[in-house]
Amino acid sequence: MWVDVLIILLKVLVVLLVLIHLGALLTWAERKQSAAIQDRIGPNRARIAGRAAMGLFHALADGIKMVTKEDFVPAGAHRTLHTLAPAAALFPALVVFAAIPFGDVLRIGERVIPLQIADLNVGIVYIFAISSMAVYGTMLAGWASNNNYALLGGLRASSQMISYEITMGLSIIGVLMIYESAQLNVIVQKQGELLWGFLPKWGIVVQPAAFFLFLAAAMAENKRVPFDLPEGESEIIGYFVEYSSMKFAMFFLAEFVEIVIVSGLVATLFFGGWQVPYLYADGFHWPFGLGVWQLPHLLVVLLQVAAFGFKVLIGCWVLLTVRWTLPRFRYDQVMHLGWKILLELAFVNLLITAVVVLLIT
Amino acid sequence: MPERDMVVDESVTSVRLKQAFAEAVLDQHAEHGDDTLTVRREAWREVAQFLRDEPDLRYNVLMDLTAVDYLTLGDGGRTPRYEVVAHLYSLSHNQRVRLKTAVPDDDPRIDSLMPVWEGANWFEREVYDMFGITFDDHPDLRRILLYNGFEGHPLRKDYPQDKEQPLDHNAQDPTFYMNKRDDAGSETRHMFVHMGPSHPAMHGVIHMTLELDGETIVDGDTEIGYLHRAFEKEAESHTYTQVIPYTDRLNYVSPLINNVGFVLAVEKLFDVETPERCQYIRVLVSELSRITDHLTCIAANAMELGAFTVYFYFIKAREEIWKLVEAICGARLTTTYTRVGGVMADLPAGFADQLAQVLVLLHEQMHDVERLLQKNRIFHDRMRGTGVIAPRDALALSFSGPVLRSTGVDFDVRKTTPYLVYDRLDFDVPLGDSGDNYDRYLVRMEEIRQSVRLVEQCMAQMPDGPVQLDDARMTMPPKAEVYGTIEGLMNHFKLIIEGIKPPAGEAYVPVEGANGELGFYLVSDGTGRPYRCRVRPPCFALMQGLQKMLKGGMVADVVATFGTINMIAGENDR
Repeated sequence: MWVDVLIILLKVLVVLLVLIHLGALLTWAERKQSAAIQDRIGPNRARIAGRAAMGLFHALADGIKMVTKEDFVPAGAHRTLHTLAPAAALFPALVVFAAIPFGDVLRIGERVIPLQIADLNVGIVYIFAISSMAVYGTMLAGWASNNNYALLGGLRASSQMISYEITMGLSIIGVLMIYESAQLNVIVQKQGELLWGFLPKWGIVVQPAAFFLFLAAAMAENKRVPFDLPEGESEIIGYFVEYSSMKFAMFFLAEFVEIVIVSGLVATLFFGGWQVPYLYADGFHWPFGLGVWQLPHLLVVLLQVAAFGFKVLIGCWVLLTVRWTLPRFRYDQVMHLGWKILLELAFVNLLITAVVVLLIT
Repeated sequence: MPERDMVVDESVTSVRLKQAFAEAVLDQHAEHGDDTLTVRREAWREVAQFLRDEPDLRYNVLMDLTAVDYLTLGDGGRTPRYEVVAHLYSLSHNQRVRLKTAVPDDDPRIDSLMPVWEGANWFEREVYDMFGITFDDHPDLRRILLYNGFEGHPLRKDYPQDKEQPLDHNAQDPTFYMNKRDDAGSETRHMFVHMGPSHPAMHGVIHMTLELDGETIVDGDTEIGYLHRAFEKEAESHTYTQVIPYTDRLNYVSPLINNVGFVLAVEKLFDVETPERCQYIRVLVSELSRITDHLTCIAANAMELGAFTVYFYFIKAREEIWKLVEAICGARLTTTYTRVGGVMADLPAGFADQLAQVLVLLHEQMHDVERLLQKNRIFHDRMRGTGVIAPRDALALSFSGPVLRSTGVDFDVRKTTPYLVYDRLDFDVPLGDSGDNYDRYLVRMEEIRQSVRLVEQCMAQMPDGPVQLDDARMTMPPKAEVYGTIEGLMNHFKLIIEGIKPPAGEAYVPVEGANGELGFYLVSDGTGRPYRCRVRPPCFALMQGLQKMLKGGMVADVVATFGTINMIAGENDR
């Protein structure tokens, strides 16, 4: 019994650490990648023992800077809520990952360990329930700061996040219909099936429109360019304008962790999660009867976890690239896009999916 | 003065004006080709109205309005003490006139020209601020460049230059605007937001107060003057040559155009023309400066819209041009390149090759940026239909430059009043049609291309020869003469200690700055220092129209519109 508890605690610890560190590393990736896009060198000054390590230590230097800076609460701010807001922003980002499977099952002797913290039968619903709480963080931050700019940012954030959640939810329903489950691990397993004997039944293959809708809505939820108007650093500076020190860092960490979450969700729902094409529990089963390539169990598990990690990183890379390519929307344009275009498209997609699913079954 | 009445070519303007207001016209002259009319103070507004509305005159643009204090001119000064000077331009007849009127010391007031030209607003506020002359019927007469607690009016000649001012931080009530409105009757309360002076998009330091209904701008006010460095007052106590470095700091993104404009005004007082090679070089450096200015404007604009990458692409190109500028005059920004009667030095060896390389890079970067912006739906959505100004309003508000041309009004000083060798060069003036931010972006992009054409033509046509006029009144003698002959030594001594001494008189020279008409109005009393040095800053006029362009838009449009106006605080606040 206690071994089970220990294993779960270990999984939680590993996922949490990977998540936070990946978030911190993404700040480095964002800087280096933007530098590459913009024809610059990027950070290369922070050194340990004379080594710059391609600027990797800047993430560390940032951490030290953030911790040692003055924690400032403006006059007239609501102290409790002002302090609570960063936590409210970071918490949902950290716990969402619990429902995302990062591998199939690991067998060690008699013991079967699912590579997922919690295999909920309502996984998708859990994710939506938790991630919709993220809006409290930004809203509270905007409201509790006693600053007009922060308030504008909070207003923008809450209306944008609530609006795009609808599209996000609707775009997923098509996926749920096809895989007939809200359990993420089941969805991933079903993506291992083949269409016409050779094409993996990934979400992007059966639900391409939903993929783009989900990606757009998720970026809006994530509040990054082109949807970064709650921040809009050149207009209203953002809902966190009155935050400093670690509180500010928590907002930023939340943003980067959300990037990982979005990538993880996109990978899980549309790119087969931990599935490697043609790889099954006992090895590769090549299509067109080309034979079977037996692999040991541990290698299969490793390959699958690595595949998931790879897909997540690709997703992060795409999200970062978009950030440095596009300008920012205006408030009314974001609302127009969300309510009048994406939502309609999501409905149409849902309708078509429903009809097709009905005809096939 | 009797001789003046005998000027043969009396302009249509003065003939028509004398017909209509026989009593009101006191004096008329055309020194250095500037048609000048002095009228009675009482008839000031009537004359202005007449000049604007008369079909064969149609002076529809108030280019500049300023004042001169003649308290210390010559021996004992002149009465009446002040002169209010307006420079008018007629777009349809392409002619200019200087309209002056005397204002006495004991009753320093005059009719406001705001009913005639809306654009008189800020110019009159500046005259009030600097000279203490009040304008009747001006709706909003308050200080503009200086703060409320400032004592005295600094451009008056009896204002001691070393006077200390109280720095009372409470002098300017930051809520002065907020208290003006009463929204008790409305259902929702409007929000007031201070944009600046410390705000990432308000580069160059500026302060806007915005009244918001949700995200929509209901009303607003612009406060400038944070970068006021008393350029015009400083110029009065420096020799003409010493003023040139100060002009670098006017529009610090295109400093060479300021250098050129200022020396052209001094040369106009002398009635001299510089050697041909010098003129080509001046055009060349002006156009390079225009390119850097437009690059900076578009880059900053895109950055504020969130397209950060564009910024670096254009700043890289600008960097290369600044290296060229550094090769020409030894500095990137503080150029001080021109001299009265010439330029500091000829182009460096190998300049043509260096320039050709830079132009290739510029072309590549522009291609990239065009693909990043012009093919981007979000950029179109953000720029099209925002910050719109109608051509009529733009002219009434004294707009010029790319902002005016984006409304479709064909006005470019390089074409209408060609100076230097612009009349020998082939270039187009790009025009927009809707007067929105997108058109301003397109106009600037095209102007960069036209400037490249001009630069290339300059390099091709430039003759050999001296770059400095051989005129002992303004040009330093060669070192051998300074050390070898008594005349050379004396000449050098006089030029250094007393400065260049243009003949007494006044001259206004407009050049096409990167933001529009950059005018230098000089009054000389025959000494080595300008009696009055007035700069007509193009973005000063643009800034007074900003709120009109913002009203009804959204908060996010502020950065787009403010960006395409391209306010340069060094020039705006002087």
